[in-house]
Amino acid sequence: MLPCPGIFAGAYRVYFDPAGRLTAQRAKVRPPSTKGYVRDAAMHLTPDELDALRLSLNVAARSVLFSLPFAVLIAWLLTRGRFAGRWLLDAFVHLPLVLPPVALGYVLLLLFGNHGPIGGWLHDRLGIQLAFTTAGAALATAVMAFPLMVRSIRLALENVDPGLEAAARTLGAKPIDRFLTITLPLMLPGIIAGAVTAFAAGLGEFGAVITFASNIPGITRTIPLALYTAIQSPGGDDQALRLAVMSFVLGLIGLLLAEVLARRARHLVGR
Amino acid sequence: MLKVRVAKKRAEFTLDAQFEAPTPGVVALFGRSGCGKTTAINIISGLLAADEARVELDGQVLADTTAGISVPPEQRRIGYVFQDGRLFPHMSVLRNLRYGLKRTRAPQQTIGLDQIVALLGLESLLQRQPYQLSGGERQRVSLGRALLSQPGMLLLDEPLAALDTARREEVLPYLERLRDNLSIPMVYVSHQFDEVLQLATHVVLMDAGRVVAQGSLTEVSLVPQLRAIVGPDSVGAVLDGAVTNVDASCGMAELQVGSGSLNVSVSGVSVGERVRVQLLARDIILGIEEPRGLSVRNQLRGLVTDVVEDEEDARLVTVDVGGVNVLSRVTRGAVEKLGLRVGLSVWVLVKAVSTRGHAFRVAAR
Repeated sequence: MLPCPGIFAGAYRVYFDPAGRLTAQRAKVRPPSTKGYVRDAAMHLTPDELDALRLSLNVAARSVLFSLPFAVLIAWLLTRGRFAGRWLLDAFVHLPLVLPPVALGYVLLLLFGNHGPIGGWLHDRLGIQLAFTTAGAALATAVMAFPLMVRSIRLALENVDPGLEAAARTLGAKPIDRFLTITLPLMLPGIIAGAVTAFAAGLGEFGAVITFASNIPGITRTIPLALYTAIQSPGGDDQALRLAVMSFVLGLIGLLLAEVLARRARHLVGR
Repeated sequence: MLKVRVAKKRAEFTLDAQFEAPTPGVVALFGRSGCGKTTAINIISGLLAADEARVELDGQVLADTTAGISVPPEQRRIGYVFQDGRLFPHMSVLRNLRYGLKRTRAPQQTIGLDQIVALLGLESLLQRQPYQLSGGERQRVSLGRALLSQPGMLLLDEPLAALDTARREEVLPYLERLRDNLSIPMVYVSHQFDEVLQLATHVVLMDAGRVVAQGSLTEVSLVPQLRAIVGPDSVGAVLDGAVTNVDASCGMAELQVGSGSLNVSVSGVSVGERVRVQLLARDIILGIEEPRGLSVRNQLRGLVTDVVEDEEDARLVTVDVGGVNVLSRVTRGAVEKLGLRVGLSVWVLVKAVSTRGHAFRVAAR
C-alpha cells in the first residue's frame, strides 16, 4: 500500500503540558477515509449529475468487463496467430478508431436492434434488449474502446519472450497451462493499462451511445450525453461547465490510475 | 544408448547429423558457433520441427519422422537448460524450481526438491526473484528447474556461454557433480574445448551442419579436423588414466595410461581416482635416441603411426606409446632431419607441467 503520512501524523497530538514539557499523546483521530471524500464530493452534485456519473461508471465498467476476454483473444490471434486474413481482422478491429462514432452506432442499431439479425434473436429467444438500454450503451462503448484495449494488450504480448513459453513447454506445460501460468501473467501490465485506458475512454463515449442507446435520463444519459443536453438547453451553461469539469477530473484520474497500476504490475512480473 | 538422426534445410546451412552415444553420460556436441549444434538439440527436444528426425533414448522412440512419431515436447520428458537461463521473471526461485516438478506424476518423482537444492547450493536463493540473481546463480536455478521436471535426458545449450570466466568456474563444479551423482544422460552443446575436456564422456564433433567425428574424447582428440575448430595451439591427445601414485609435496601424480605411466603436475587427487589430461602437441618433444640429463619427467618409448601436414612448415606426428596415441607438432625441417616416418621407434618427451590447464577428474565408473 502507498504510505499515507497524514494518517500517522494525525494519530499523535503534540502539546505542552502545564509543566512546560513537550508531550506527545496518542489522540483518538479516525484516519480520513477515501470513501468519506467521495461522499463529500458527491454531496455537491445534483441528483441528475449523480445519475449521469453513476451511469458513466456503470457503462464504462460493464464495457470493459465484457470486452476484456475478447480483446485478449483478438490480441493473441493478431500476435501469435498464423492464418490467412490476419491483416483483415487487424483492420476490422481498428475500424472504430477511424469510423464516425455515429456511423458505428447506426450499424449497431441495424445489427442489435430488436428487428436486427442479432438483436432480434437475442430479444425473441433470450428476452434481452440492447437498443435503448444501459447494456446497449455498454455495448456501444465497448466496441468504440475495443481497439485501444487490443493495442495495449497486443503490445504487452509482443513483449512476452516466446522462449519462456518454450521453456515452460519443456517443463511439461500444455498450451492452456502455458498461457495461464506464463503468458497471461507476463501480459498483465498491458492488460491492466488497456483496461483502465478503455475504462477512462468509455466514460466519455458519446456518438455511438447516443445513436444506439439514445439519450434517456437515468438509463443511457451518461456524463457526455448530459453535457450535450445541458448545452442544448437554454440557461444550461453552468450545468455544462460543471459536467465538463467532472469529465476532465474523471479522465485524469483514469489515466493516472492506469499508470500506477501498470507500474505495480510491471514490478510484479519482475521488470 | 542415445541414437539421434536429425536433418533440416535452412537458408544459411543444411543440418544433417547422426550420432550415437552411451547412456548415461555426457555427450558433448562440439563445434564452432553456427555449425548447427543448437538446431540439433532443438530438434531433439521437439521444440523445432525437422525435415527428418529420429530420436531414440534407451530403446524408447521419441521422434521418428518416417514412422510419423513425434512426442510433443511437453511429454518428451527432456529437460532443457537454455543459454540465457529463461527463468520465469514473475516467479520466485522456489516457484521456478517447482514449475516442472508440479507437472510430473508422483511415481516419476525420483529427484526431490531438497536433493536438488542441496546439490546445486540453492538454499539461500529460494525466496529471491530472478532479477536478483547473478548470471551463475541463474544458470544453477535453471539447471535445478530442468532436473526437477524428472527428465529422462537433459539438454544443455551452452549454459556457460553467457558467463564470464569467474562465473563459469563457479558453475562447472556443479555440472560435474550432476554428472557424477545423477545418472541422467546429458547432451552438452559447447564451443569451448575446456568445458568439453572437463565434462564430456563422449564427443560429437560437428562442422557446417555435419558430424565430422564422434567417440570418446581420447579418440576425437586425435582427429585432424579438430585443429581447425580449437586452433593449432589447443591440439593435443587427451588421455584418461587412473592415479597410481601421488607425491603431494611436489604436487605430482603418476597416472596409469595404456601400459605405461605418466607423471603429471596435479593436486588434490587421490590414488585410484581417474583423471583426464591433455598433452598439447606443441609441447611434446620427439627424439630418435634416448636422451639423458634432461629436466623432463616423462621419457616414453613409442612408435610413429602417422605423419600429417599441419601447417605449411609443421607436421603433426602421431606416436603410439604403450597402447595410447599422443600427438606432437614438429617442424618440417625436424621431420626431414630426424627421418620421422611411420614405423620409426622414437622417444617421446612430456614435461609434467605441459598438461593443459589442470587435470580433470573423470567419474569413476
